[in-house]
Amino acid sequence: MKAKTLVIIAGVVVGVFALLLTAFGNPANMGFCIACFIRDTAGGLKLHSAGVVQYVRPEIIGLVLGAFIVSLVSKEFSPRAGSAPGSRFVLGFFMMIGALVFLGCPLRMMLRIAGGDLNAIVGLVGFVAGILIGIAFLNKGFSLKRAYKISKADGYIFPAIQVVLLVLLLGLPALLAFSAEGPGSMHAPIALALIAGLVVGGVAQKSRLCTAGGIRDAILLKDFTLLTGFIVIIAVVLIGNIALNNFNLGFEGQPIAHNDGLWNFLGMALVGWAAVLLGGCPLRQLILSGEGNVDSAITAVGMLIGAAFAHNFGLASSGQGPTLNGQIAVIIGFIVVAAIGFTNLQKGDA
Amino acid sequence: MSIDARGRACPEPVLMTKKSLSANPEGVEILVDNVTAMENIKRFATNQGYQVTVEEQGEDYLLKITK
Repeated sequence: MKAKTLVIIAGVVVGVFALLLTAFGNPANMGFCIACFIRDTAGGLKLHSAGVVQYVRPEIIGLVLGAFIVSLVSKEFSPRAGSAPGSRFVLGFFMMIGALVFLGCPLRMMLRIAGGDLNAIVGLVGFVAGILIGIAFLNKGFSLKRAYKISKADGYIFPAIQVVLLVLLLGLPALLAFSAEGPGSMHAPIALALIAGLVVGGVAQKSRLCTAGGIRDAILLKDFTLLTGFIVIIAVVLIGNIALNNFNLGFEGQPIAHNDGLWNFLGMALVGWAAVLLGGCPLRQLILSGEGNVDSAITAVGMLIGAAFAHNFGLASSGQGPTLNGQIAVIIGFIVVAAIGFTNLQKGDA
Repeated sequence: MSIDARGRACPEPVLMTKKSLSANPEGVEILVDNVTAMENIKRFATNQGYQVTVEEQGEDYLLKITK
């Protein structure tokens, strides 16, 4: 019961901050989007040169640091690494490619659903399909093997990098790139974005909120705890959007979205599959990296590099739809994720 | 029957418990090294109608699952 209460509280907090961030300047249906924000941060750091998506997002900094602080206080900060970091890097990379072909991480998919964007329902169907494939691998004995305790200092590095990014953003913005137009130029004030990240990071750490975990546990274990958070987020944002007159039901003309159903489905299927093999969605990877999980930090770096590749090589979709390069990248992603899946089946465990 | 699920990512500790319980329905012992896995296994086993006691062993947790 306690776990479920925490998840419900987390869902409400995420929903309310998502609405606030959008009201105060974030792009529509993008109160939070882990994929988009990491992509913007990659642009802000000039890892790619797509002018419309460059901004070191304080939300990402806050999410990691919020999880870091709360895990320190609750004595759950536990530095660890060594569970197939190379595979995790690659899974993070392709999880990002899938998300940027769909145009959103699973969290933004939920916010898009709550905004009436029916393309995100297609994405959800793909996400569930990907999770089902992931579950089949888990049932066959898939494992990235165990992680080991590492030094405290090593666990501090990823949170410390977030502090450095914050210092750059506040103190040396001239070093960074900032979009003059497009989604990267649309953002809530830094203070609000940072506080939203810190609070959501904290509650996500305590509640173990995970968009992929919710669906996975419901199917695999008949445990609906995490899924409750998923539903609460959609409900809160849906109510907020209707109250604020931001609810527009349909497939056409949705903000920062395209209506190519096949690639919305396949993009999110890739995300769902990779997320189950990783043990958590993009949001959960950031939270775990705040808790000192360096394997998850490596996954987040994989997402960052994936985002840079996505914009350097024209893999990311636009409002006009997916690109040919993006479609090829998703197919390569399926092949690579399958290879990681098949090569990590534990013998005698099937 | 005793299982070492330390260092395993979600949801492996729970799956290892599930698999082990279907082979040993009378009960099993599981060692984990983080609170999330401890809570998840506890919730799973309790939902299956088992009794669960948790013993802290340094930085690890030993869960004793019995009928």
